[in-house]
Amino acid sequence: MLTRTQWGFIALIVAGVLAPHLGVYPTFLMKCWCLALFACAFNLLLGYTGLLSFGHAAFIGAAGYIAGYSIKAWGLSPELGILAGTAFAGVLGYLFGSLAIRRAGIYFAMITLALAQMLYFVWLQMKFTGGEDGLQGVPRGKLFGVIDLADTLNLYYFVFAIFIVGFLLIYRTIHSPFGQVLKSIRENEPRAISLGYDVDKYKLLAFVLSAALAGLAGATKTVVFQLASLTDAHWHTSGEVVLMTLLGGLGTVFGPVVGAFVVVGLQNQLADKVGSWVQVIMGAIFVVCVLAFRRGIVGEWMTLFSRKR
Amino acid sequence: MFELLGITPQALYSQLLVGLINGSFYALLSLGLAVIFGMLNIINFTHGAQYMLGAFLAWIGLTQLGPWLGSPDFSLNYWAALIVVPLLVGALGIVIERTMLRHLYKLDHLYGLLLTFGIALIIEGLFRQWHGSSGKSYDIPEVLRGAINLGFMYLPKYRAWVIVASLTVCFATWFVIERTKLGSYLRAGTENPRLVQAFGINVPLMITLTYGFGVALAGFAGVLAAPIFTVSPQMGADLIIVVFAVVVIGGMGSILGSIVTGLALGLVEGLTKVFYPEASAVVVFVIMSIVLLVRPAGLFGREK
Repeated sequence: MLTRTQWGFIALIVAGVLAPHLGVYPTFLMKCWCLALFACAFNLLLGYTGLLSFGHAAFIGAAGYIAGYSIKAWGLSPELGILAGTAFAGVLGYLFGSLAIRRAGIYFAMITLALAQMLYFVWLQMKFTGGEDGLQGVPRGKLFGVIDLADTLNLYYFVFAIFIVGFLLIYRTIHSPFGQVLKSIRENEPRAISLGYDVDKYKLLAFVLSAALAGLAGATKTVVFQLASLTDAHWHTSGEVVLMTLLGGLGTVFGPVVGAFVVVGLQNQLADKVGSWVQVIMGAIFVVCVLAFRRGIVGEWMTLFSRKR
Repeated sequence: MFELLGITPQALYSQLLVGLINGSFYALLSLGLAVIFGMLNIINFTHGAQYMLGAFLAWIGLTQLGPWLGSPDFSLNYWAALIVVPLLVGALGIVIERTMLRHLYKLDHLYGLLLTFGIALIIEGLFRQWHGSSGKSYDIPEVLRGAINLGFMYLPKYRAWVIVASLTVCFATWFVIERTKLGSYLRAGTENPRLVQAFGINVPLMITLTYGFGVALAGFAGVLAAPIFTVSPQMGADLIIVVFAVVVIGGMGSILGSIVTGLALGLVEGLTKVFYPEASAVVVFVIMSIVLLVRPAGLFGREK
């Protein structure tokens, strides 16, 4: 008998494989998978370690620029470009993380937000990023020199594979002994310390992992859209990823994926029709989630399910 | 010395003045954040939006209110706005506290941050929808137009007024909190709300009024800012992130600390604009990183 999580996995993979053949626009799906990975990476930090980073835009944005530049200017293949972006985000995560874990709680959020904003100004002033226009015309190239990513379906399955790898890595991390320690830090930090865990080291490692995976999402997104833009590095993006995770379900495995699809879907549907109302709607969802819906979609669904049994 | 560096004294003084102005706003806003944080234990992400709201309400009062009411000659002038607008912004803050924030006090403090972030998005989005992203200009009141010749530089009257007004409000706040009976309730409430309640003081009411007051400070800063900065929906968002960095640098433990840190960082920013303009946008964040390395609790903060 399969567990609920395993059924979830199967459903996720079947849906991911079939979706482009069922008439869903592949570019929209690819954006969703990238942001879903971003939200899952963020959830690893907030949902499982209890650290609220308000600066995750820094990692998705930075990896996008590095991947885009290394593919465009140095002629790296897409997989190497994505790796370069991911590695850069990881290093950046180490630097930001080392500073931010010096304070806890609300200060942690403010520090990550401020550091991300600093990086935003750096990108704005640097020449290679193209400033407000962004780094445009990144070639998609050939994966491993063989598979042509200009073909949309090839690209789609490549992006989906990256999402699955990242997702499984996060799942494995959560359920490893390392992940158990992270959860103990979330639940009761002083007790984790008294049990002899070097809490700062665990927090930092979780931060680096989360940053690198957010970077993986950003670098992949750049290959998909052939563009690395300032929007990704803006604090709005940091807010969006919090919203996706919160709406989907904090600290649940599938929650951030659901949240990402809902938020991207909403933005996609509304963007042309209602202008700035999108921002008002996003803010309203935030308020409703915090006041009345703190478990999120998946969290509420799971409570409902376990009550019935 | 200035000639050696290729900088005229005029450029230096004028950037220092700009720095002092920015510093006054940092001081006013971080003071409000610190007062709110002390009582409610939340970081008010809506602060930037409430500052923007202050500026917008002042602009509406001056240019739109008359036509709305059907008498084009009527307008809420600057001096009236300076009193009415903070009251309005504060009243709205009280509504937010009563209807929403109140339900979150028993939860993790992070939910307060997320809620106020959501509210900030709503307010900003509404104004963006209503007025677009373009800036509006607000005329300086007649009395404060022109400049004073100080001998070594011309000091625009309005800018001098901004510095005097914000410093006066900052120190008045400091005086009330640190030197009066009312302030002593507030400080006691910050330390141990339950005990204070046991002495028969209405702590929930005090919390509501504190939030209203902190937010009114943001509205006041917005009115002061309207004639110098263009009034636009996004004017608060970018500013508030810098103010967060200021708060991290100063630590929120001390009222006077917030004021001093805010002013000092404004000056440092002004100096950076003179000597190395490329870094002026990031200098506050760099200082924040250094402070975190050397003194994680902040310059005036206490480890908790």
